[in-house]
Amino acid sequence: MSAATTARPRPPRPAGPRRGRRPQESAGSPMLLGHGRLPRVLAGTALGIFALLWLLPFVWAVATSFQREEDVASPGLNPIKGVLTLDAYRQVFERGTLPTWAFNSVLIAGLVTLLTIVVSTLAAYGFSRGTFRGRRTLLAVTVASIMVPPQLLIVPLFQQMLTFNLVDTYWSIILPQVVAPMMVFILKRFFDAIPRELEEAARIDGASDLRVFWSIVLPLSRPIVSAVSVFVFIGAWNNFLWPFIITNDPDLMTLPVGLATVKDAYGIQYAQSMAAAMLAAAPLIVVFLFFQRRIVKSVATTGLGGT
Amino acid sequence: MSTTTSKVPVSGEPGARPAGTSPTGPPAPARRRRTGLLFVLPFAAVFVLFMVWPVLHGLWMSFTDESLTLKGTEFVGFDNYAEAFGDPDVWSSLGNTVFFTAISVVPLVLLSLAMALLVHTGLAGQWVWRLAFFAPYLLPVTVVTMIFQWLYQPDLGMLNQALDAVGLGPVGWLSDEAFAMWSIAALTVWWTIGFNFLLYLAALQSLPDTLYEAAALDGAGAWRRLWSITLPQLRRTTVLVVMLQVLASLKVFDQIYILTKGGPNGSTRPILEYIYDVGFTGYRLGYASAISYLFFAIIIIVSIAQLRFMPRKEG
Repeated sequence: MSAATTARPRPPRPAGPRRGRRPQESAGSPMLLGHGRLPRVLAGTALGIFALLWLLPFVWAVATSFQREEDVASPGLNPIKGVLTLDAYRQVFERGTLPTWAFNSVLIAGLVTLLTIVVSTLAAYGFSRGTFRGRRTLLAVTVASIMVPPQLLIVPLFQQMLTFNLVDTYWSIILPQVVAPMMVFILKRFFDAIPRELEEAARIDGASDLRVFWSIVLPLSRPIVSAVSVFVFIGAWNNFLWPFIITNDPDLMTLPVGLATVKDAYGIQYAQSMAAAMLAAAPLIVVFLFFQRRIVKSVATTGLGGT
Repeated sequence: MSTTTSKVPVSGEPGARPAGTSPTGPPAPARRRRTGLLFVLPFAAVFVLFMVWPVLHGLWMSFTDESLTLKGTEFVGFDNYAEAFGDPDVWSSLGNTVFFTAISVVPLVLLSLAMALLVHTGLAGQWVWRLAFFAPYLLPVTVVTMIFQWLYQPDLGMLNQALDAVGLGPVGWLSDEAFAMWSIAALTVWWTIGFNFLLYLAALQSLPDTLYEAAALDGAGAWRRLWSITLPQLRRTTVLVVMLQVLASLKVFDQIYILTKGGPNGSTRPILEYIYDVGFTGYRLGYASAISYLFFAIIIIVSIAQLRFMPRKEG
């Protein structure tokens, strides 16, 4: 049951055999299909086929990761050949680099998210309530920069990091990712819509701007801030090109970058290759299972906030 | 879980005032000129350092013969740009990018719409559908390419095993020029469709039921309701999804670079990979910057063209 849908009292339906329908299952609208049986069966079939297609690569990969290399190499469509084993996972761990990369990924994505949220919420509030000179110009440049493809900056940023002597440091990976003009814009639009009376009242009581922001505005903005956080975190966690270019030291690599460098080292050891892929995939999928509703809503909110 | 809806309120609702006006009389003028400046400073600092400066520096570099290895750079005027226009590799990689965009945008829009409509019918198992369609979006690019390299593997991969099972010969999914870009597009659809799917789903969930109630009273059937009510209501979302998707597809690089390095025979090399090759393999940063800015110009032109199709906001 999604919190986003308003609970409507449904008219009581005529009694009849209604199998397998939990009262609070539907997040959709029965209005799309009508109440016939055939459309439901057709829709269910189509949905099942789509879901199967989308889950199949996962199933194949997971199954492969629990096999012995020699069984993987035997032909056949049955995804589970021979004995199930954890060998591949053990071998991946024995290579020893994966935990380091996982740690780096968590650290970097966490810091990028934290810094981005601090910098972006402050800026968005400043743009929303500020009256300083040059505010409109700076905001216009910020919004315009949403158009800049990040790949365009790779060459000059790399030069810059050479100059600052920051190549192969955490900071070189983190800092450029903290610039999130789109998020500033989304947050500013949200702050614009918060009525000012509360803030004014607090100011009359002698609260500072920062105090007002911290105690009044931020608590009211929890949904949008968590949405932006989710978004920034996914982006930083999966970011490939920039960390790939700026790190040569395997000890500093994130999961996607590290795996790309050793991908070919697995050669024809597909069980190990899939085990490594699954280990890298697991964290965010698990998080998604726990926070599914919030993440779905976040993407919807930030996505639509960008219009 | 809070039950507050997290819709972004639209400016213009009661309570939203134009910035800088205060409900309580005249403000203290001395404070007014600086209000908010300190809040914006941290962002302004990183923004200038890691966005404005690189953009300007890159533009400058595109007029020089800057190299990654050689010392000393000369100003060469428009030479790089002239070279780019006459460089067949620029045109072929641009063509590959456009081709990829064409074959990826259509399924990424139409399939995500179909999925969202099907899920929105309210069939049981909502969380399963959502997980199935959205989970791939959470995977790092390297994981996706590893999985698909294994699926596309010529001898033991799932696809060729399946073809073998029905008596067909193997296909070089990534090694045959006729198939390689299609294989990459299929991977991209699987990987990123979840985002568009969620945008459509959110749009569907915000449609008011009253629309349908009137239609039901008039006796409109399911198809009629879909064509006359649902799809027109989704127009703005579709425009948004198409715009975002075209721009995302034009910027394709990661999965191709990891999976095929642009091969076979350069048939899958997108423009961004050519820029990368020129800059980081050929060390010609100046020339790479010039091609980057030509590509940037294309992105801007496409964006402006798309904005002209943007329907006006109602209300």
